[in-house]
Amino acid sequence: MADRPGHFHGGLTLPAHKRQSTGSPLRTAAIPEVLIHPLSQHVGAPAEAIVEPGEKVLRGQPVARATGYVGSPVHAGSSGTVVEIAPRPVPHPSGLSADCVVIRTDGEDRPFEGYDPLTNYRTLNAPALRARVRECGIVGLGGAAFPTSVKLNVGVGLRSLILNAAECEPFISCDDTLLRHRSEEVVLGAQVMLHALEIRHCLIGIEDDKPEAREALTAAVARIGDDRIEVLTVPAHYPSGGERQLIQLLTGHEVPAQGIPADIGYLCHNVGTAAAVARAVLRGEPLISRIVTVTGSGVSSPTNLEVRLGTPMANLIDECGGYTANARYLIMGGAMMGFPLERDDLPVIKATNCLLAASEEDIRPREETLACIRCGDCASVCPANLLPQQLQWYTRANDFEQVEALNLYDCIECGCCDLVCPSHIPLTQYFRYAKTEIWSRKREREQSDHARERFEARKSRLEEQARARQRRLAAKTRALGKAGKDEAARKAMIDEVMQRVRAKKKTDEDQDKGE
Amino acid sequence: MRSFGRTMPPHLRPANSVTRVMGEVLLALVPATVAYVWYFGPGILFNIAVAVGVAVAAEASMLAARGKPVATHLSDLSAIVTAVLLAFALPPLTPWWLTATGTVFAIVFAKQLYGGLGYNPFNPAMAGYVVLLISFPAEMTRWLPPSGFDLALEQPDLLETLRYGLTGQFPQNLSWDAVGGATPLDQVKTQLGLARTVDEIRSGPLYGDFGAKGWEWINNYIAIGGLWLIYRKVIRWQIPVAMLAGVILPATLFYLLEPGSYPPPSFHLFSGATMLGAFFIATDPVSAATSDRGRLIYGAGIGVLTYVIRTWGGYPDGVAFAVLLMNMAVPAIDRYTVPRAYGHGR
Repeated sequence: MADRPGHFHGGLTLPAHKRQSTGSPLRTAAIPEVLIHPLSQHVGAPAEAIVEPGEKVLRGQPVARATGYVGSPVHAGSSGTVVEIAPRPVPHPSGLSADCVVIRTDGEDRPFEGYDPLTNYRTLNAPALRARVRECGIVGLGGAAFPTSVKLNVGVGLRSLILNAAECEPFISCDDTLLRHRSEEVVLGAQVMLHALEIRHCLIGIEDDKPEAREALTAAVARIGDDRIEVLTVPAHYPSGGERQLIQLLTGHEVPAQGIPADIGYLCHNVGTAAAVARAVLRGEPLISRIVTVTGSGVSSPTNLEVRLGTPMANLIDECGGYTANARYLIMGGAMMGFPLERDDLPVIKATNCLLAASEEDIRPREETLACIRCGDCASVCPANLLPQQLQWYTRANDFEQVEALNLYDCIECGCCDLVCPSHIPLTQYFRYAKTEIWSRKREREQSDHARERFEARKSRLEEQARARQRRLAAKTRALGKAGKDEAARKAMIDEVMQRVRAKKKTDEDQDKGE
Repeated sequence: MRSFGRTMPPHLRPANSVTRVMGEVLLALVPATVAYVWYFGPGILFNIAVAVGVAVAAEASMLAARGKPVATHLSDLSAIVTAVLLAFALPPLTPWWLTATGTVFAIVFAKQLYGGLGYNPFNPAMAGYVVLLISFPAEMTRWLPPSGFDLALEQPDLLETLRYGLTGQFPQNLSWDAVGGATPLDQVKTQLGLARTVDEIRSGPLYGDFGAKGWEWINNYIAIGGLWLIYRKVIRWQIPVAMLAGVILPATLFYLLEPGSYPPPSFHLFSGATMLGAFFIATDPVSAATSDRGRLIYGAGIGVLTYVIRTWGGYPDGVAFAVLLMNMAVPAIDRYTVPRAYGHGR
């Protein structure tokens, strides 16, 4: 039964498809011959490589350092030799390549000893803990990959830390698996975070279709004996794991549209992130592995694997018995919000929570789109309480003013509207298009505004200069008149004026060139 | 390395389709059709056949003329739904050309010329019906009495119905003079005009247990079909409930004030097109308001207007006009009933 202080509008109860991957116990994937570490696998500026090709590295040794405040370092997944630092195809919606540190492993997996365990973390202050979280490369493991140390730096006066164990997307079960096998790490991570945030309350929200994980979690909380940590059950109703929806479920409060959860006193982290924080602080282990769900009817024996980051995805499929005959799509993430991959030689990155090898049964081809019949089913399932039908109408008309007035930017792209549309309109695609279109138009407008301002400023400056010259000339002419008949004085004055004009002209030209 | 097909999120696909929605609407009308045949003879079957045939032909030629894929759009079944709903609004004995005229207007003018399904601001079936009502008032108000009304009068059989529908030749043992040919709503209106009281009128043979004889049961079966549609989530409750409330509230008020001059609310509920309007006409999503709150306003507006037109207007029934009037108000309703989005101030 769900404990429900609040509920969110709309949403869908979807077929979970989780048993496929939760049937077998968590396994550890073999260390591959080659590890590929993209320099950008987090939100923010790409990391900067600090190793050279040919250099020997150890497991957990930093191979790239964070640049910029919103950034994260990257660590070697195992010991070996750096082969190259070059663009490689990476899992990204754009399908483009990006710089990667490529390591040939030596099979010895020798550890790097650079990070001491901070078992005395209770004596440390918040900046010191954040520094450890940052140097260990911890980012949000729920899929967004936002640097955790930045998120932990929200200032004082929070009400509660919220840990997200809802895991509402069909097919994904990595958090479920983590909780079944390592709840203790999650609870310890929660304690570290509470200390770093200097608050005394933590809510862990978990969906009611994961009784095993919930039991393991409550048992771990009881064992550790921390009454600051509360486990709450939420209904298995997509998208209960959306940050804003989970906060509404657990607290009954809404995050302001333009704001962040901290504005109403909450901070939300994924349970996987909490476990990674615990390992970084208590054991000095940087983020070099994560649990990945490998599932779908396109793979022979779906399961959850503990995987070194940088492992090529094809290796995981091999670990799971290879593809079945009807594998047709490969998706990173879940069946609702995951993005498609064109190939399987891409590396597992920090954000890789699930690898969905889907068949035509899992993902049917899209049927032909018909005209919207205004049934409003989309609006009734929208967790943001928007009017998708009106939004697509105005998007099609390129009336982006109306689209913004109808709060397009509150759309979380959960895909619920798509799934209920009887006319099979790809609504989510419309909204992604509208968002990028509005964004690029704004940028264009800003650029042209800027150019116009510069142009007008220059024009008025030149006019002002011309007027000043005119004034000076007039004054000189008057002075010349007064100089009267004295020929020598007159000549001297003309020379002086001519000289000054030439000098002035020269500096003006230089100035113009300089622009 | 292996490469994979493209798919865009969300990767799961909708289970619902326009065809399923329209198909269920048609299915929900089956019980009412049976009741209709029981009380008024097989005329409605003939009307449905003519309307559907003409609607499909009109829709197909318009789609072809507009360069749209004919088969795809025909398979959404919307033209057939429009045709059946129009047939439901026609008298049981209707010449074929009348049905055809109404259907052509509904499909060609009220629907396709606006851009086809999804773009029509007015309910096509009601637009077609109103054109007929205004253009052919005599034919449109000639109703047979329900069976059981007069044992001496038998309902025309299928052959007679066909002969009348196709050639205009009246069944031998019947004539319009003999059958009276007015609906109960019509009669109440006329007779109230002659200063008779509701009780006197209601003791007449046209009246049944809670509405008008025959009509009350047809309305009942329509309501059952409508409830099934709500249960199947094809329609939502807001419009029917609001529309029925919009009829019941003023009807109750006036009935309590002056029971002699105003028929009771039950009579309004179970006569004429009330239930058809509430569950099948006003719920046409294309021409209705879209938000939940908007639908309550839209439905209530239709209900109240129906009562007003029936009671004080020039026509005995007002559902069609009420629906078209509220269709016009939809853009305004939609504009002022945008729900509060998540995270926006209350």
